[in-house]
Amino acid sequence: MKIQTILATKGTRVITAQAGQTLREAIGLMIQHNIGALIVVDEADKPVGVLSERSILLAAARTDQFFEQPVREVMRTPVIVASPQDDLESVMQTMTVKRNRHIPVIDQGQLIGIVSVGDMVKARLDEYQGAVETLETQIVGE
Amino acid sequence: MPHTGSDSHPLRVAILGSGPAAFYAAEHLLKQTGLAIEVDMFDRLPTPFGLVRGGVAPDHLKIKTVTKTFDHIATQPRFRFYGGVEFGRDLTLDDLKHLYHQIVYATGAQTDRRMGIPGEDLQGSHPATEFVAWYNGHPDYRHYQFDLSQERAAVVGVGNVAIDVARLLCRTREELLATDIADYVLEALSRSNIKEVYLLGRRGPAQAAFTNPEIKEVGEMAGADVFTLPEETQWDELSRAALEANPDRATTKKVEILQGYALRTLRATGKSRKLFIRFLVSPVEIIGDEQGRVKTLRLVKNVLAASESGALSAKATDQYEELPVGLVFRSVGYRGVPLPGVPFHERWGVILNEKGRVIDPDTKQPVVGQYAAGWIKRGPTGVIGTNKPDAVETVNAMLEDLRQGVMLQPVQPEAACVDDLLRQRQPNFFTYPDWQKLDALEVERGQAQDRPRVKFTSVEEMLKALGR
Repeated sequence: MKIQTILATKGTRVITAQAGQTLREAIGLMIQHNIGALIVVDEADKPVGVLSERSILLAAARTDQFFEQPVREVMRTPVIVASPQDDLESVMQTMTVKRNRHIPVIDQGQLIGIVSVGDMVKARLDEYQGAVETLETQIVGE
Repeated sequence: MPHTGSDSHPLRVAILGSGPAAFYAAEHLLKQTGLAIEVDMFDRLPTPFGLVRGGVAPDHLKIKTVTKTFDHIATQPRFRFYGGVEFGRDLTLDDLKHLYHQIVYATGAQTDRRMGIPGEDLQGSHPATEFVAWYNGHPDYRHYQFDLSQERAAVVGVGNVAIDVARLLCRTREELLATDIADYVLEALSRSNIKEVYLLGRRGPAQAAFTNPEIKEVGEMAGADVFTLPEETQWDELSRAALEANPDRATTKKVEILQGYALRTLRATGKSRKLFIRFLVSPVEIIGDEQGRVKTLRLVKNVLAASESGALSAKATDQYEELPVGLVFRSVGYRGVPLPGVPFHERWGVILNEKGRVIDPDTKQPVVGQYAAGWIKRGPTGVIGTNKPDAVETVNAMLEDLRQGVMLQPVQPEAACVDDLLRQRQPNFFTYPDWQKLDALEVERGQAQDRPRVKFTSVEEMLKALGR
């Protein structure tokens, strides 16, 4: 299975933030869209960081001036990116090892999607359910 | 006014396509309690079941038993099938919007990806999809010709379609008699001159998409031996590291089986055909003879390279090899075909969607009343059963939209109006009872020859068999 399998049914809309925005604004975006991470992009829409729930939590534990901090102080860098043609399996493995829960997807230099560990678990679960369904049908059909 | 979904105002749904995703979507719609839902399913072919009839290899009869589940769905009172009805020709999107509250596109991935190399259109170079449609008796492909007087054929790709094609090229007449292969193909393959078949993968054995049962099956063919090259089936560092990080018994076993084939010597059993499974090679050119016929396949040897996300891809080296073959079948991926008036993602060959809701590419918002399921929704991946969770997700989005009152507003949401319209546009449409008669006749024809089924392969003979 490829990364593009997930994006095909998820849409290619990505919610992004700028590195200069405050955490207050960034958290507002995450709540508005009900998402666990924002891709931080530069003026050319190129990913420069990932702001995740975990990075926000770490920042909150560090300082009292939490909400006024710019995103760039808190976001995770460097950014690891995936391509739509990448194998799900390999990317999952990399995310597990690097403890990244979200990965931006770049196609021909453009940010076209974000894939979370949750998306991958769902895709794998559907795959396994599909295999079980097929086997059950064959056993019953014999 | 009664709400849509009540007995007096049923929710009317059109499903385009009649493969597994279409049937699983129909099943989930029809099993809703407390909601009256009517499903009309359309297919451009007279017969239902999509790739289960036209794609699954004829020697994999067990996989086709899923049609019993589809039969059960189709005999429910609020279900109707219209075969031989083509979207865009016999029915337009505007027609469907007049007749239905919701439309589901389940049209699959009907065409192949090209390799993009010189010589791809020489005589003797074919998409594997055409060969598959031909051997499965698809009415549009029954007249296709494949030059089986050739002795050597290459199949590019190591997915399950590639291995189906390679296996069928190697099967004996006796093996084929036990299948539901189209009768004209049985005769053509029985006379085939093919002696060597090459299955070509661009990456290594650990990355090959075929499953372990499929790879074991080719080792047990009656008339062909299977071989791999030791140097191409060894563990490379990157694949071994990936496996150690994420141990997977199936991958370990797959490589073991393929390494086992490397130990067989060329004179192992003396069977008349040989299947060579090659890895880490990519075709770069098909070279033709003076008549424009495939003569040689030029290959580049690859090594594996890892991207920053950890994905392993094939990287070409400067080493080349020439493989003399007279036939080339490409099976390097499949893609959907755009439907008139429906958004389409050209590069991925799918209808972009969010949980099945078709997305307008400009506004990135859902298109009211239009949905996708199956391969046209997610791309060609998974087994038949994978379409069940896929279709359930789509239907759940449809039911959520029904609750929110977000749907098309048809001016003629009555079942009888569909029949009236089709009688004008395509009076020779096929119903599910028509299919049941054809099915019984095909099985009867098979019994006469001691075969599981002998398919009807033209619309004319189907109409004649139904006395029309």
